Amino acid sequence: MRKLIGILLLLIIALGIALSLKEIPFGITKTIIGDHFINKGIEETGAVNIVTSVVVGYRAFDTLGEITILFTATIGLGALFGIYKKKKVNLEIEPPSLIVFTGTRFLFPILILTGTYIIIHGHLTPGGGFQGGAIIASAFLLMYLGCKGKRINENLSKVVEALGGLTFVALGIVGLITGKDFLFNFLSKGEPAALLSAGIIPIIYIAIGLKVGSELAGIIDNLIEKSK
Amino acid sequence: MNFLSENIYYIGAFSLIFIGLYIVLVKKNLIKVIIGFSILDTGIYLFLITLGYITDGTAPIFSKSGLIADKMVDPVPQALVLTAIVIGVAVLALAISLAVKLYEHYGTLNLRKIKEQKW
Amino acid sequence: MEIIVTILILLMIASAIAALIFKDLINAIIASCIVSLIAAILFYFLQAPDVAMAEAAIGAALVTGIFIIAVKRTKRFEE
Repeated sequence: MRKLIGILLLLIIALGIALSLKEIPFGITKTIIGDHFINKGIEETGAVNIVTSVVVGYRAFDTLGEITILFTATIGLGALFGIYKKKKVNLEIEPPSLIVFTGTRFLFPILILTGTYIIIHGHLTPGGGFQGGAIIASAFLLMYLGCKGKRINENLSKVVEALGGLTFVALGIVGLITGKDFLFNFLSKGEPAALLSAGIIPIIYIAIGLKVGSELAGIIDNLIEKSK
Repeated sequence: MNFLSENIYYIGAFSLIFIGLYIVLVKKNLIKVIIGFSILDTGIYLFLITLGYITDGTAPIFSKSGLIADKMVDPVPQALVLTAIVIGVAVLALAISLAVKLYEHYGTLNLRKIKEQKW
Repeated sequence: MEIIVTILILLMIASAIAALIFKDLINAIIASCIVSLIAAILFYFLQAPDVAMAEAAIGAALVTGIFIIAVKRTKRFEE
């Protein structure tokens, strides 16, 4: 009975969407502001990657809101799971075999190096803070599953996460002090396609990468180890 | 057949959205419902990126020095979807932690049975 | 090139229907991981390399890991 009502409702919605989406073509320009960002992107922000200059240059305030949402979700998860330090949950995870253990020890530094490279070159090639932070968090997930009993240092991860967030807001306030707007690009823009270019964009991406990486690793640690 | 070959991306994105909605509406197990949310999110991201595609365009990065600026794909939907992916994983982690706490409190993950109990 | 894209989209829809049907929750989680991976390939075909990298790293590695740890702490079979 519930299945029939579900399928009927979805068919009605599908008919409505198909009738009203006949006018949208595929593969034609639809907006005007995309052209402005592509044509004037390099001389106004200095980053060669246009998606980076939109995310961290023109729309940096939205990125600050997104980091706040991720921070709130981590606080909620920590409040549900990790208040008492003495009670640990006892999941019966099998100890890993020799092949898995050796492969993990070989792959872990390669993953950390790849993540750091993608974070630092965020304004020159595809990549950036979020992608590099997710790769570093997957390296820590591999360490939890492949090594016998190694866990991350919790105090260090909390300090790194707090410093990342504070650096972002402090850079914005410095922009407010030196005269113009919040998160104004006050360092020099340099030459395009050089490593030290585009003002404060690489510094913001390093702060974002450290914060996202340590937050996601902390989420994994709370789920495996702690019960209330 | 021409209509099908032009709009195949839109059909794929909306199929994922409808399958995700069906899982959320009909299924009883809480973790199955959260898997349905994840599939629904992936369908929406695919639809947004398809809106910004220009036929025979290239990625919006000036990596070499001779690239023309008027054959590039729209960069604004890509920035929006990048933000949306990170927000999606944050909401999913909080939902999973609430499901685990519900199982520890009630002893079952069946939504019909949880609604019938008082406390 | 059109043939490859059509085959990939049909495979993605088949994996999503498989995630609907399976009763063992580990099988449903692996089906949703396949949906994320094929979506990452399609993002590359639509000329969006930043989004493809983010979807592959977050959707296929971290979300699958979180789901499997959650199933380990609760029941494995649906119903």
